[in-house]
Amino acid sequence: MDLNILWYLVPSVIMFCAGVYGFVTRKNMIAMLISLELMLNSADLNFVVFNRFLFPGQMEGMVFSLFAIAIAAAETAIAIAIIINIYRAIGSTDIVETNKMKH
Amino acid sequence: MVGNIILYFVVAIVMIVFSIMAVTSKKILRAATYLLFVLLGAAIFYFQLGYEFLGAIQIAVYAGGIMVLFVFAILLTHRPNADAAPLDSHRKFAGIAASVIGCGLLLWALFTMPMLSTAEGSRCLCDALASGPDISMKMIGEAFTGTDKYQYLLPFEAVSVLLLACVIGGVTVARKR
Amino acid sequence: MGTTLPILILALPFFMFLLLGIGGVKMSKKVAGILGILGMGTTMTLAYIVAFTYFFSGDPAFILDGVRQQLSVFDVTWLAFTEKLVVKIGFLLDPISAMMLVVITTISFMVHLYSWGYMEGERGFQRYYAYLSLFSFSMLGLVVATNIFQMYIFWELVGVSSFLLIGFFYRLPSAVSASKKAFIVTRFADLGFLLGILTLTYFTDTFNFIDMTSNPMKVLAETGGATFMGASVLTWAMVLIFTGGMGKSAMLPLHIWLPDAMEGPTPVSALIHAATMVVAGVYLVARMFPVYCVVEASMTFITVVGAITAFYAAVVACTQIDIKRVLAFSTISQIAFMMVSLGVARDGMPIHGEHYTGLGYMAGMFHLFTHAMFKALLFLGAGALIHAVHSNDYTKMGGLRKYMPITHWTFLIGCLAIAGIPPFSGFFSKDEMLAAMFNNNWIWGAWMTMVAGLTAFYMFRLYYLIFWWEENPEYEHHKPHDAPWQMSVPLIFLAAVSCVAGFIPFGELVTWNGVSYHIHLEAPVACTSIIVALLAIALATKMYIKKNPLPEKFRNAVPGLWTAAHHRFYWDEIYLFITHKIIFGLICKPIAWFDRHVIDATMDGFAKVSQKVSFAIRGMQSGNVQAYVLWYFFGAVALALITWICLL
Repeated sequence: MDLNILWYLVPSVIMFCAGVYGFVTRKNMIAMLISLELMLNSADLNFVVFNRFLFPGQMEGMVFSLFAIAIAAAETAIAIAIIINIYRAIGSTDIVETNKMKH
Repeated sequence: MVGNIILYFVVAIVMIVFSIMAVTSKKILRAATYLLFVLLGAAIFYFQLGYEFLGAIQIAVYAGGIMVLFVFAILLTHRPNADAAPLDSHRKFAGIAASVIGCGLLLWALFTMPMLSTAEGSRCLCDALASGPDISMKMIGEAFTGTDKYQYLLPFEAVSVLLLACVIGGVTVARKR
Repeated sequence: MGTTLPILILALPFFMFLLLGIGGVKMSKKVAGILGILGMGTTMTLAYIVAFTYFFSGDPAFILDGVRQQLSVFDVTWLAFTEKLVVKIGFLLDPISAMMLVVITTISFMVHLYSWGYMEGERGFQRYYAYLSLFSFSMLGLVVATNIFQMYIFWELVGVSSFLLIGFFYRLPSAVSASKKAFIVTRFADLGFLLGILTLTYFTDTFNFIDMTSNPMKVLAETGGATFMGASVLTWAMVLIFTGGMGKSAMLPLHIWLPDAMEGPTPVSALIHAATMVVAGVYLVARMFPVYCVVEASMTFITVVGAITAFYAAVVACTQIDIKRVLAFSTISQIAFMMVSLGVARDGMPIHGEHYTGLGYMAGMFHLFTHAMFKALLFLGAGALIHAVHSNDYTKMGGLRKYMPITHWTFLIGCLAIAGIPPFSGFFSKDEMLAAMFNNNWIWGAWMTMVAGLTAFYMFRLYYLIFWWEENPEYEHHKPHDAPWQMSVPLIFLAAVSCVAGFIPFGELVTWNGVSYHIHLEAPVACTSIIVALLAIALATKMYIKKNPLPEKFRNAVPGLWTAAHHRFYWDEIYLFITHKIIFGLICKPIAWFDRHVIDATMDGFAKVSQKVSFAIRGMQSGNVQAYVLWYFFGAVALALITWICLL
């Protein structure tokens, strides 16, 4: 018994599905953002795992993960800025409340 | 060898448990904390896979930067100890269905994927680590500062511009009017 | 003669219509009235100059070797649809159009003048004059039409102006419905006219009157082979064209609009519904006369329709109470007289010692002329009476001769003229018509002599009931008096014309082919008609000169006949039954039901389905990110499953 590719992919899959569940069910926008980070992380992990096990001589998967982390940081910063702005405007971070523009 | 496996199991269980707790916790600050553990677990996996720089970045950017942002945002927008609003039952059901079905499908796909029977697909971690060079800082630095094949100067610059735009955008959006 | 005068004759009334119609609101009533009268007076002068030049100048352009010429003064292309299908607008000068110019402008001018007094103080006085000008323009355009399409255009225009003038008092529901009725009935007849035009011109390839009438045998040859339902195409075409004339000239069974048209102002009745527009049908037949002549069946049709209508209208006129309705039915009867006269005429040449078969044409035109004068006179007289008594009903009149001497004398002249008593104009024209009918077939002659007797009877019945009978006690409170000078002058003028018009040598001026004919009275016919007329007048005098129970007795002797005649033999009821019960009830209602419950319902169904679908789709477009993610995820799962199934 040794660690092979499957061992790393299984927690990644579970993490991703937890992220999907959270994103779909949570009403708080910050909680949704947390779920989003979970999904991103599982994707990053996948890149790295495939890079390591299938193409150990290269480092594209790692570089891709690096860029993904940088972009995720940017995205989170902007998202939180928007959430705070919404909170100022309507006094809530509930996703259900943000449909006020619709009416 | 055995230490690697034990570390793996500890980290995997922590990641699975805490990721589930992060999305089910009623208290948002706790959810953020659980996320932190998941991120740290991922960083440990990166170290284990031989990507030390990536793991360090994971800890510095995610656990250090993004988590601080999350915590600030939560503290700014939430009363302490407030529980999250209860979930819609049909939405909860839909979410469970989606995640369970998706999980089952993905796991099935994983365990039946044909590459498992190939030499690359079935190699173990130590073989994988042995068959590639150690990723040194020099290699990463060269990869980010060249324009040849497998070199990424342009995306690197693009990301730097993106981050600048993000800084300006964040300031503009969150600015008090 | 240049083209200036003819163009002016058409342009001036049209200009007056525009001026009064657009600028009338800004003018005072007096200015508008004077402008209208001056405009019409000028038009009349111009028309007289043109007509007199045509008849009496002896210019070879107008009369060549004793034959009066047909002449297109101008004929400009108006619409060129294709190379063959060209609609022109022009000015045709020939005996009948020149005569009609005189008739129309004279009556129109008299009515303009008369209306100044009659319509004084009415709302929309300027509008009224604008409409009168429009009518004069349309009618002049109709009579001078060089081609049948131009005639059709102006034919519709006179229909429109008639509609506008009947409905002039548009606040009265009866006037509105009468105008609608007139328009719809005549429009319905015009459908036949249009079909006739299309049928005829499809074969002849020309709209031009001169082309058609100068060589009717060519028209016959061109349409010769084709038949439809047992009759030749030319017969159908000519009968259909005559249908238009039946509508405008109120021939049975399309006469029902004319009595109701009396809801319009009385001068309008005099102008349009007695003297000019209603004779358009007669004019149409006269215009196409040579072509009608080659189709014996259409001539017989015209004669029969005319004879029946004449008798029917005369009988109904004997029982009406409303004086304008009596005159309306009298008009129908007299126009039918002209129709019969045209119907019995043929394209013969005047040969000494033989019957002149073209006599009926001349006589019909002659009667058209004299009838226009005396019938306008009678209507204007009736207008003066209504003006004085404020009622159309002769039971509100009686004994008026002392109060209104001018009206009385002029009205009497009109009655004598229409009854055919010499030396008034009606006698001469009617005598010629009767002579022509006897020439053709003694049955027509005898029949129409009887109608002439009825005419004398009902006219004198009317005359006595208005001016003799018994004084209405209401005169104590409201003394009737003669009309103002604007109304009296036209009465006197028209009475004078009615006295002398019979001596116009009409045969020298208007014949079907332009060859002069010398009128000579036919003693047996003249004597018979005078005796019949005198007998009828004597009977009327006996019955109506003083209040007595004779009319009541007579009415009780034949109650059924009297009631039926009083209700105009139920023509209106028949029309109502056909339109409401049969057409609306049996045909339109199922169609309406089908439209509402099948066609509309299908459309509504489409609308409802698409509404439902779009509501459902709108629900998906909620803007809810979580829902999107869910759908996206399930979609991905579904795709994966499909892939899996395909791979298996």
